[in-house]
Amino acid sequence: MGMIRVVLPAHLRTLARVNGELSLDVAGPVTQRAVLDALEARYPMLRGTIRDHVTHTRRPFVRFFACEQDLSHESPDVPLPDTVASGAEPLLIIGAMAGG
Amino acid sequence: MSRVRVLVGTKKGAFILTSDGKRKRWTVDGPHFAGWELYHLKGSPADPNRLYASQTSSWFGQVIQRSDDGGKTWNPPGTTPEDLMGTDGMPKGESNMFVYDASTETGKPLTTHQHYDGTQRPWEFKRVWHLEPSLTDPDTVYAGVEDAAMFRSSDGGKTWKELPGLRSAKGHLWQPGAGGMCLHTILLDRSQPDRMFIAISAAGAFRTDDAGKTWTPINQGLKSQYELPDPDAEVGHCVHSIAMHPSHPNRLFMQKHWDVLRSDDAGGSWHEISGNLPSDFGFPIAVHAHEPETIYVVPIKSDSEHYPPDGKLRVYRSRTGGNEWEALTKGLPQQDCYVNVLRDAMAVDSLESCGLYVGTTGGQVYVSADGGDSWAAIVRDLPAVLSVEVQTL
Repeated sequence: MGMIRVVLPAHLRTLARVNGELSLDVAGPVTQRAVLDALEARYPMLRGTIRDHVTHTRRPFVRFFACEQDLSHESPDVPLPDTVASGAEPLLIIGAMAGG
Repeated sequence: MSRVRVLVGTKKGAFILTSDGKRKRWTVDGPHFAGWELYHLKGSPADPNRLYASQTSSWFGQVIQRSDDGGKTWNPPGTTPEDLMGTDGMPKGESNMFVYDASTETGKPLTTHQHYDGTQRPWEFKRVWHLEPSLTDPDTVYAGVEDAAMFRSSDGGKTWKELPGLRSAKGHLWQPGAGGMCLHTILLDRSQPDRMFIAISAAGAFRTDDAGKTWTPINQGLKSQYELPDPDAEVGHCVHSIAMHPSHPNRLFMQKHWDVLRSDDAGGSWHEISGNLPSDFGFPIAVHAHEPETIYVVPIKSDSEHYPPDGKLRVYRSRTGGNEWEALTKGLPQQDCYVNVLRDAMAVDSLESCGLYVGTTGGQVYVSADGGDSWAAIVRDLPAVLSVEVQTL
């Protein structure tokens, strides 16, 4: 189990009532899906705001960045970079061009 | 003395305006949900401290918010600590989950509707335009959504189920208006709990007499010669808003894209009552709280020029149920005014001297405490106003 760092866009920080960066316990391989599952379990009000409730596909205007890479189009089951898995770098969840 | 609480949804948050019955001095509370679009907020007639709000974003989707203390605190239903008591110990977090009913049990597989270009597109949920709490049960609330459909929650907004019979009412012929294909009006009939009226842009008005199981288009008499190949089509009309006086639920008033109309037989047939209005294009329509034949509209110049004719913001009142209209101007800007008043942005209170409220895309909310004779701005500089509702407390 690792502590994963996640940065939410401002609108979703307001909705989840958090300030700054989050830390999440993620069990097993650290993938997009595992991180989002852990995020939504802890902050259920975020369900549906980042990915579709049913299909779990990423909402079109939401992007995932880490380590200066755009991971938005990676499969949700591909392991995230080691530096994200180790907690050295955060996973950035971004509203496309700042989100309105 | 009675009080009023005005619930204002804007492009960048919600505001709650409160006053005593004189409606002269106001307290402004907000912004709530700053930065989000608040399409609509409405209180439960059965419990005025129970409020529902539609918080939405093109980026992050739909969120339903609920307050149980008159708007002081808010939570997405189903995500508070007491909701953690489920069998698996996990909150459900389904209050923002609007999924069209495509189950085989109901026999309503997900269908298609017309797109702007006339091709067929599958239904795709975008946002909640209107929330209508039940007249009797604070935990029951209806949601009118885009793409047009109606949902019901009977657990205080925690979970939502579509009433899929509505899409069977010739849904393949419905099409989006300029604002999208939205179900924006829901009227509940106190005298017949299983009867509801709804309106959709651009599909028309519909009625159910069996609590939402089946629906009938009620558009006979509507003429849309500039919008439809068949001006008298059964569905496809761009109805902007309908209104009803609770004591006369068979009498309906409609602001269509163009034309103001009325029906005296629960929507069975409609006839035009635009009369001497300077323009019969507009968005909201409202009925006086105590005079069922007194109605209000806000004429807008045209479907492309969404501002009042002649740069003068005028609410028009008819005391004769239509056809004869008078301009109400005292206290409203009468020059260089080019704001719009959207379909859910006019409301009436039920104090003895009936109050009217109008919100504009310029961020003003105007109040009249004398049935429209004179007006004053409660606030002038909010973000663009999307909706205005009022509770008489």
